[in-house]
Amino acid sequence: MLKIKNLHANVEGKEILKGINLEIKAGEVHAIMGPNGSGKSTLASVIAGKEEYEQTEGEIILENEEISELEADERARKGVFLSFQYPVEIPGVSVTNFIKTAINETRKAQGLEEMPAKDMLKKIKEKSELLEIKRGFLSRSLNEGFSGGEKKRNEIFQMAMLEPKFAMLDETDSGLDIDALRIVSNGVNKLKTKDNAVMVITHYQRLLNYIVPDFVHVLMDGKIVKSGGKELAHKLEEHGYDWIKEEMKMA
Amino acid sequence: MDLKEKLISSFYAYEDHLQVTNQVHDVKVQAIKDFETLGFPKKKEEAWKYTSLNKLLKQDYNLFAQVEDALDYKEVKKYFIHEIDTYTIVFVDGVYASQLSSTTHDKIDACLMSSAMEKDKYAHLLEKYFNKIAPKSGLNALNTAFARQGAFINIPKNTVADKPIQIINFSTGKENNLMIQPRNLIVVGENAQVEIIERHQSLSENPVFTNSVTEIFVEKRGMLDFYKIQNDTHQASLIDNTFIEQMADTHCSVHTFSLGGALTRNNLEFYQKGEHSNSTLKGVTLIEGKQHVDHNTLVHHTQPNCESHQDYKGIYDEKSVGVFNGKVLVDKIAQKINAYQSNNNILAHDDATINSKPQLEIFADDVACSHGCTIGQLDEEALFYLKSRGIPAKEARALLTYAFANNVLESVKIGAIKKRINKLIANKLNVNLGFDL
Repeated sequence: MLKIKNLHANVEGKEILKGINLEIKAGEVHAIMGPNGSGKSTLASVIAGKEEYEQTEGEIILENEEISELEADERARKGVFLSFQYPVEIPGVSVTNFIKTAINETRKAQGLEEMPAKDMLKKIKEKSELLEIKRGFLSRSLNEGFSGGEKKRNEIFQMAMLEPKFAMLDETDSGLDIDALRIVSNGVNKLKTKDNAVMVITHYQRLLNYIVPDFVHVLMDGKIVKSGGKELAHKLEEHGYDWIKEEMKMA
Repeated sequence: MDLKEKLISSFYAYEDHLQVTNQVHDVKVQAIKDFETLGFPKKKEEAWKYTSLNKLLKQDYNLFAQVEDALDYKEVKKYFIHEIDTYTIVFVDGVYASQLSSTTHDKIDACLMSSAMEKDKYAHLLEKYFNKIAPKSGLNALNTAFARQGAFINIPKNTVADKPIQIINFSTGKENNLMIQPRNLIVVGENAQVEIIERHQSLSENPVFTNSVTEIFVEKRGMLDFYKIQNDTHQASLIDNTFIEQMADTHCSVHTFSLGGALTRNNLEFYQKGEHSNSTLKGVTLIEGKQHVDHNTLVHHTQPNCESHQDYKGIYDEKSVGVFNGKVLVDKIAQKINAYQSNNNILAHDDATINSKPQLEIFADDVACSHGCTIGQLDEEALFYLKSRGIPAKEARALLTYAFANNVLESVKIGAIKKRINKLIANKLNVNLGFDL
């Protein structure tokens, strides 16, 4: 699904990603963990195509297509999705109109007609039920005055509507109470199929109890320094990151 | 002969032919004398520091257009808010166009300034209100001297106008360069209400220079909502002088949508003359090319317990220039005033300019007055967010522009106007989002 080879990236002239190699196959869930400032969010933003982040080296290959040169919106239309840690407020544009625009722009780019209103409504109803979103919520201005939990739920609702091939969840668990966490992870799990893939960025093992990863990677100082199965997350929760630093020194 | 001299000599040549009451004639004769003394505003005047009329004044204008053919409604329908039922008062090159208009003398008067000036039954209203609040300035005096035509709206006591009134000034440009000076008088009686929509529209690429004066009087407990749609061609310039006097317990709002024109200057002044009056001034400016829009506002609080709210948003692209000069004046006796002013701007291009100057002059000591001004760019983080959902850059920028202008549009009470403005904005940004915002 997604192959990353020797990815280097600068933010404001400073190198943040220093050679990342990662392969995520269809049907897999990968977790990226690591201390603050290790480059987790930068990795997600670079894959999503954020302009200010300059990719200096390496390749990002989505289903055999190198996407490094594509704009963020083009990548999105090819099936890349990023659930934001801090979703942006857009006053005056309702959740429904926003998601309709996103879907229809994608269809337009694929040479398809706009989605018929009936199908759109049906899909919105189905996906909002999945995330236990009330009808009134959908006519509110996008993210304006939303609580932290509502914002994250709305992100996953958008993911459900857009049905990306490759979804990245950037600290989707932050700011969520236990009920919201359950709803959000349940949503993600239901959306998971053998044909798509998910990359979860988190500080905490907590989320991984709900969204169970096939692989866990530890990102430190712009590199993946350790990879393992889900048990690695437990070990990190218990012992922190210091033991990895020790291991690195010995090696 | 320069424009000023030409105007003065034209006045004396033509004024005698006008059929107006003696009282109006006297006002006009005085006005031309005032104009002779005051002349056009100069750049060294503080209020005209960022807006120069030099280029406009260098041209030669035809002052008295002759309209030969009537306009076909089908051709100009799109400039009307035709989705709703309204009274319409339409002028073509400054001359009343009866076939495009739908006036009334039934419960309210929505008719012509010329008939108000000529008919005895309106003499008392003219005496009471004509040329009473327009401050003495060269431009106002010039308009008064040449005042021949415009809208006259009179909403009697305890009357709610049954539909909105549209005032539309078309210019055809058949006379090559044209100068027009509409003069409107609006009287909202005690406990009366009215909604007014005003538009200036050039139908040719010939230069048009409009110097418009509108005087509005709102008596006790009256309500007025005024919407100005400024979406003219790159050859059309407008100086809109609008003055509003509010008595006690009145609510008045003016929304100004400045979406096009060569040079647009809005002199918008509110004079609160009674307690518990409430004034709202809102505007969206969205221009590009070499267009120039100047909002020069004044709210004068002369009585206690009043409110004023100003919210102007501007988005400037390419080499366009914006000016916001907002003055709030609070007299010493005007305690317990709540005055709020906000001016937010986005420069969408490195070559665009905005000059923003809030001025608060407060002589009372128990007031809540605040102002804020921002100048920035469209939020890159927000653009990335929208693009990351598959929305292309152009559409993403349009959505953020809507979001930015949203709280100005939110207070528009007539749905058809809101829709029209959204459509005009979408056209300008060259997007079709497939839904009404």
